Parts: sequence; C-alpha cells; structure tokens
Amino acid sequence: MTEIVKQHLIDPGICIRCNTCEETCPVKAITHDSRNYVVKAEVCNDCRACVPPCPTGAIDNWFPIAPGKPWSIEEQFTWDELPAPAAVPVATAIAEPEDVARLTSEATAGQGGPVAAPWSAEKPAVNLYNEKGPITATVAGNFRLTGDKASADIRHIVLDFGGVHFPLLEGQNIGIVPPGTDAQGRPHHVRLYSVASPRDGERPGYHNCALTVKRVTEDHEKKPVKGVCSNYLCDLKKGDKVQVIGPFGSNFLMPNHAGSSLMMICTGTGSAPMRAMTERRRRRIDLKEGGELMLFFGARAPDELPYFGPLMKLPKEFIDINFAFSRVPGQPKQYVQDRIRERHEDVWRQINDENCYIYLCGLKGMEKGVDEAFRDVCRQHGGDWDALLPQLREKSRYHVETY
Amino acid sequence: MSIDYSQKIPNNVDLASNKTLQRALEHWQPAYLDWWNEMGPDKTTTAEVYLRTAISVDPKGWAHFDYVKMPEYRWGIFLAPQEAGRTVNFGEHKGQPAWQEVPGEYRSTLRRIIVTQGDTEPASVEQQRHLGMTCPSLYDMRNLFQVNVEEGRHLWAMVYLLHAHFGRDGREEGEALLERRSGDADNPRILTAFNEKTPDWLSFFMFTFITDRDGKFQLAALAESGFDPLARTCKFMLTEEAHHLFVGESGISRIIQRTCEVMAQHKTDDPAKLRSMGVIDLPTLQKYLNFHYSVTSDLYGAEISSNAASFYTNGLKGRYEETKLGDDHRLDTAEYPVMEVVGDRIVTKHVPALTALNERLRDDWVKDVQGGIDRWNKVPEKLGIPFRFTLPHKGFHRKIGIFGELHLSPEGKVISEAEWTHKHRDWLPTEEDRAFVQSLMGRVAEPGKFANWIAPPARGINNQPVDFEYVRFN
Ligand SMILES: Cc1cc2nc3c(=O)[nH]c(=O)nc-3n(C[C@H](O)[C@H](O)[C@H](O)COP(=O)(O)OP(=O)(O)OC[C@H]3O[C@@H](n4cnc5c(N)ncnc54)[C@H](O)[C@@H]3O)c2cc1C
Ligand code: SF4
Ligand code: SF4
Repeated sequence: MTEIVKQHLIDPGICIRCNTCEETCPVKAITHDSRNYVVKAEVCNDCRACVPPCPTGAIDNWFPIAPGKPWSIEEQFTWDELPAPAAVPVATAIAEPEDVARLTSEATAGQGGPVAAPWSAEKPAVNLYNEKGPITATVAGNFRLTGDKASADIRHIVLDFGGVHFPLLEGQNIGIVPPGTDAQGRPHHVRLYSVASPRDGERPGYHNCALTVKRVTEDHEKKPVKGVCSNYLCDLKKGDKVQVIGPFGSNFLMPNHAGSSLMMICTGTGSAPMRAMTERRRRRIDLKEGGELMLFFGARAPDELPYFGPLMKLPKEFIDINFAFSRVPGQPKQYVQDRIRERHEDVWRQINDENCYIYLCGLKGMEKGVDEAFRDVCRQHGGDWDALLPQLREKSRYHVETY
Repeated sequence: MSIDYSQKIPNNVDLASNKTLQRALEHWQPAYLDWWNEMGPDKTTTAEVYLRTAISVDPKGWAHFDYVKMPEYRWGIFLAPQEAGRTVNFGEHKGQPAWQEVPGEYRSTLRRIIVTQGDTEPASVEQQRHLGMTCPSLYDMRNLFQVNVEEGRHLWAMVYLLHAHFGRDGREEGEALLERRSGDADNPRILTAFNEKTPDWLSFFMFTFITDRDGKFQLAALAESGFDPLARTCKFMLTEEAHHLFVGESGISRIIQRTCEVMAQHKTDDPAKLRSMGVIDLPTLQKYLNFHYSVTSDLYGAEISSNAASFYTNGLKGRYEETKLGDDHRLDTAEYPVMEVVGDRIVTKHVPALTALNERLRDDWVKDVQGGIDRWNKVPEKLGIPFRFTLPHKGFHRKIGIFGELHLSPEGKVISEAEWTHKHRDWLPTEEDRAFVQSLMGRVAEPGKFANWIAPPARGINNQPVDFEYVRFN
C-alpha cells in the first residue's frame, strides 16, 4: 500500500490573481510573483480557511504526490496549468476517507498508479458525502443480469436519491457502507462500486444511478465466503434505504470532446463503467460527434455476461463489440487478450490515434494478460509497448481500475 | 420598522448596542429596500438564488452558501478585523496612530471620498438591472445576482461609515445616494462611466473585468487610509470585489473559447460567417475591450492632480500596496514618469511623484488588466488560432487628462479629427456591432444549458456541478 500525501495547489488556469487567499491564509502559506499565486507546501497546514473566500475555486485542489516530494514554489511559479500526469486532482468539499484513498490506490496499482483524466473530461465533484454524513438512497429496482443457471449472480441495482442532485460522472465510484458491524463489533468499512449509468442518471432527470454488483460467494482462493457488502446489496428489495458516500474518483473519466474514441476492455462487473460510458455516447448519438467505440468483454459464457442482451441490440456502426468466452462447452477457451490479438490491425490503429482513450476494468490480474496482448500487437507492427505505455499514461490515454 | 440586528443585518460593529446608529439605519433601511425594489434586478422577487452571504468576517462565516430570495438578502456591515497598534503609514502623519475618529480638518474631504466610492455601488446595480432577462445560463444569472447583492452590500458599507462618523451630513449624503440614478439627465451618478448603459452581457462582463477592477484599485488605495474604519471597510470589500473580477474575466474567456471552437471547427476567421453561426467574432470583442478600457481609464482622473497629492500627504488615500513599497512613503522628492504630447509626438517626462499618484494607480491597474488579457490570449493560443488581444494605447479615446483634447489611434499615433472620424468605427463598437451582440441575447434558464455564444465554465460555484440549479423560479 502506498501512502498518499496531498499537496495544496492553485490552478493557474482558473485563478484571477485577486490576492484574496493570500490575505486570508492565517499562516501566510500563500505568496505570488507577477505570474502565479502559489502555496508553500511546508507552511500550509490544510486548514482550508482560504477555500470559501476564493472567488474562482482555483484554490480548491489537493493533489496526491509521492511522499516527501512536494512541488516547490519555484516550480509552481512556472506553471500555466496544473501538472496533469501522475497527479490526481481532488477537489474536495470534505477530506477523502482514508479507506477510499487506499482502495483507489490499490485499484490503479495495476498500471503503476493513477493517471490523470483526459483533458476534455468533465470536472468531477468528489467527496460530497462521507461516513459522518452519508446521503440516503432508496432502492428503485434490483434485477438479475446473469442467466438462471449462471454460476455468478450479477445484479443491476438502481438507487434513487430522492430528488437530491448527486452529481456523478461515468467512471466514478460511489461508496456503500453496509449496515451492522464486523466480528470485532466495529462498523463495516466502506466498499466502492462503479457507477453504471451515465451522468444524467439511469433515467434522465430522476437523480438516480445504477450499480452492477456481483454477489461474492467465494474469495479469491475459491474458498466459500459470504461477501458482506455484495450480499447486502444483492438482497436489497425495492424501497429499501441504503447509505451512500462519495462520489469518488477523478481519473477514470471519459473524454468529452467530439471525435474522441473509446477502447474498453473489461470482465465481469468491470463492465459497469463501460456501460455508463457507452450509454452516455448512445444517448448523444444524434449529435454525430464521431469517434469510435470498441469493446472487449470477457466472461465465462454468454449468460454469465451482464448486459449481454442490451449490448447485442446496439448498432454495429455505433460500437464494435468483441466477446471472449472462456467456458463454452465444445469451444476453445477465449480471453479478452486473445480477441485483442485477433483484432491487432484495429487495435494498433487505435493505439496510435491521439483521440482514442483506453480503459481497463475488472478483477485484479486481468491487466497483466492485456498488457501482454498489447505488447504483442505492438511487436507485430514494429512498435515498442514499453516505450509507448508511458506516453499513453502521460497523455491520459490509458486507464486501469482492477479490484 | 424594527430590525432584529444580528439576524437581519449581520455585522461586526456591535450594531445592537449602538442606539444612534440603529436609529440612523432604521431610517435608511426602508428607503434602501424601496430603492432595491425599484432599481434592483428586474422581475426577481420570487426567484431563489444560490448566493454567498457573509455572516461574519472569519473565513468560516463569510462565505455562507444557500438559496435566498433576493429581496430577503441579508446585507451586512463588515469591517476587516482591527489591527492592534496600526499607524498612519504614509504622508505627513506617518507614524502617528491611525485615526479611529474622523480628523476635523479632513472631514469634508473624507466625506467626499466615501460618497464618490459609495455612489458607484448602486450605480452598477442600476446599470445591470435588465440583464437577468437575457442571461446566457442559470450559472451566469446567479453570478450576476451575486454581483448585485454585493454592490448593494458595498453601498451599505459606505453608508455605515457616513452614518457612524459623519453625523447629520452623513445621513443626508446617505439619502442622496439612493436618490441619484445612473443615466438620469437631472440627477445622474457622480462618475461618467457609471452613467453608461450596460445593455448586454458582453458589456457586463467587460464592465466587471475592467471597471470593477478600477473599483479594486480605488478600494486598495483607500484600504491604506490613515482613517482606520475606512481602511478596514475597504479591506473587506476587496475580498468581495474579487468575485466580480472573476465573473468578468471568466465570462469573456468563455466567450473567446466558444468563438475559437467554432473558428477551429469551421476553419474560418471571417466575422460575417462567425456571426451567422451565432458567435461573437474576436475583432468585435477587441472593440468592446477598447471601449471599456478607455472609458474606465478616465475614472482615475487627470495624470497630474494636486487633489491626489493632498489626499496622500494628508494620509487619506495611499498607493496600491502602500506598505509593501520600499520607499520613504512621503514622496517629497520622488519623481514619476508621465506622458506628454509635444506636437504629434508622445514623450515621457518626470514630474513630482506626489502629483502623479492618479497616473501611478492607473499604471497599476493597466498592469493588472494586462495580466487578465494575457490569460485570455491563452485560449486562442491553445486552439492554434493566431489572434491575440491587445490593450490600446493609454491615450486612446480619452476624455480626461493630457489626451482629453486629442485623437489617438489604438497604437498611440496622434491623428487628425478627420482620420478619427473615418477610422473610429474600426476601433470602437459601432451601432451595428452593438445591435448584433444585442441580437444574441436571449434568456437561457435551464440547468446545465448555455447560450450558443458562450462556453460553459470550467467549474461550478462552491464545488457544485455546472448543471446545478443555481436559480429556482417559483
Ligand atoms: C474502484 C473499485 C470499483 C469497484 N466496482 C465494483 C463494481 O462495479 N461491482 C462490484 O460488484 N464490485 C466492485 N468493486 C468491488 C467491491 O468494492 C467489493 O470489493 C466487492 O463487492 C466485495 O465486497 P464484499 O463486502 O461483498 O466482500 P468482503 O466481505 O469484503 O470480502 C469477502 C472475501 O471475498 C474476497 N473478495 C472480495 N471481492 C471479491 C471478488 N470480486 N471476487 C472474489 N473474491 C472477492 C475478499 O478478499 C474476502 O476474502 C469495486 C472495487 C473497487 C476498489
Ligand atoms: S489551507 Fe489553510 S494554511 Fe493552507 S493555504 Fe489555505 S488557508 Fe493557508
Ligand atoms: S483567491 Fe483564488 S482566484 Fe484569488 S488569487 Fe487566490 S487562488 Fe487565485
């Protein structure tokens, strides 16, 4: 587990150099030159007294940094905008819960840490609700997505926020706090779930959102176990109340600019953010914004695959879908990486398209196979994946979230 | 009418226990509300607006966000906290304790300064009265109303000073502030720029970016005053003024953004084509900039002014960031460069710094405006569009001071009356330009929707999303 330390920074792209923060800061942590207003990391104690008086919100940034390596004020003086790569902007109304920081950093470990959101991504709201003040949602629906005989019970759960605007973006997560306590009598810790509906909600205008939840019945070593939160969620009935915190996540976000393409690679419930992004694009199909959608989706068999039916109904011109099934009797085992290799021509084209953004989501471990497949595709076309990957990360074009 | 003081008028001047002040304000407040109802934002009495209200001066209290019905806004009286042992920091009284009461010999001058500052506050509200009807989004409407209630509060701040420190004269001046009207032929506002119309949102953004910035520099100079209550009042007002500057700077920046997007998308810089696509072409924006910049420049007064010198010598009005400047703060022997016109050439001459204080404050303002323009220029730069905004010469289109009688091109060439007549249409907004901008104004009042000629902001207010319902209509 890497410790996340956050540095307080002013966004020079938004700041109007009004001096209010410098006036306000009780410990004189803020200073300026003719170009920028900056925060002295060694002086600032994160008291946030400067946040409400800032007229622009430019001051409201806490960026994770490598422990002990803050940006100096000299560096900050040279900026025209906040440094994007390797930094995760966290605009906070309240501090991010520690658990969440830990879970998020684990989820991005597969690619060597968080990658900033695409430049055109909508600015997310984060940390609006925490455990001390969660938002209460009502279950508006709970449907099984997998076939009756499927080994996995994956559910589509719709939560309604009762007319309260709870801003969510595709690719963000919400936290669920299961009721009750653990064996030691402590309250359960929070679990994260990807938002599975687009930003205007499962049903536009209704302040609701969907989750895709797999009932955990065995642990990673295949030993039987009853997952606390997933079972709680999967057993919910319409009308039940759920405590939600968040939203969380400001990296795994989709680009918004016209002409941008998405390559989505997922297994199981990793399809949740992909469903949100696809649905966002589907609802805007009439705007003819261009850009291509390519999906690699792995499951054991068709009836184990959440959203199989709706996916099959999408027009071929809209999305290029590639399924990989690993347990269909009489057929060889297929994994997403096999399909990526098969589609090497298009994959190679997309990797080289500055407007294509790649997203991976699913169970921990899948990123390794995908990484190998990309390496092979590159080799086949005379490219070098190891040189390319850092560039993709730098340009916010490669995002991993595995759990 | 009785007032629950801490609730209705949040304050840090212990209003509840000051009977004289209470009586004065009790008299003034109903007249203020009448003025607001008559001259405040048009048709907004039932709307609930997501506003920031100061309920105390500490950081936690001064940005309290909630939905408020506009006429029920709690205009408060706030002074920045008192600094122990503060002294007069410039002029002939330098080093003496700052005055807590008005010094008798400066009474009428100080009153005049406060009234002139105070007069600009209701003026902008009057100038902006109709803009709510043509807002490009709920987000912008909310910002307009925030600006308006803060102008209203700044009026309160000045009226408080008049009432608390100037007795009967002060009360009369307080009433007169509510009687003058922007643009009224018989009883206009004191300063010319505040009698110009703010007919459209482009003008509004230019006004908040440029003219409210004059406010910033005037307030900053007064925040240095040896008269402590004035200094503390202005200090607090400055933090609010910042929001106005933000509204202007980001507003124009978003207009530029939108225009540049359309330019890039359609690969054209043809103003006619761009106008037909419903965005404001960049040359027109430059003309508006020229106009507001030159008109506002006049607000600083003549380059050489003996009034400014005596304000300074007497410790009433300092320089921008006076205490951060490393000189003797008396300026008995110092000089300052100002421009002079010799024939058709503009030269620089050195004059006693004391008499050039207006020019100096103007120069500080110019530098600040230029900073904002540099930030605007990043927008076309990012999209690969070669257009850059520039400030016209200081002498362009001036009515006051050494350039007042002359005509200058934006580049600073002295030109003839004939050439001016011929060319000024290329430099300043024409009737057609204004009519075109006007034609784009239509009300967009659905959360998250924006008029075609302006891009959405990068961030919402107070961490709210951009599509937040910033104004609720009932
Ligand atoms: C960023 C992020 C996004 C996520 N999005 C989703 C989502 O969209 N849908 C979803 O269903 N889950 C998602 N998860 C996983 C989710 O947060 C929980 O970990 C999962 O639901 C199990 O929680 P539990 O309380 O049921 O199990 P616990 O009671 O916490 O754990 C029980 C046992 O099961 C093991 N275990 C936990 N998860 C799994 C698993 N998935 N498979 C096998 N064994 C497991 C644990 O190691 C433990 O031994 C996400 C996690 C992260 C970090
Ligand atoms: S968070 Fe507190 S210490 Fe840090 S800059 Fe802001 S006011 Fe100063
Ligand atoms: S208060 Fe905000 S806008 Fe003003 S200088 Fe500080 S960061 Fe910039």
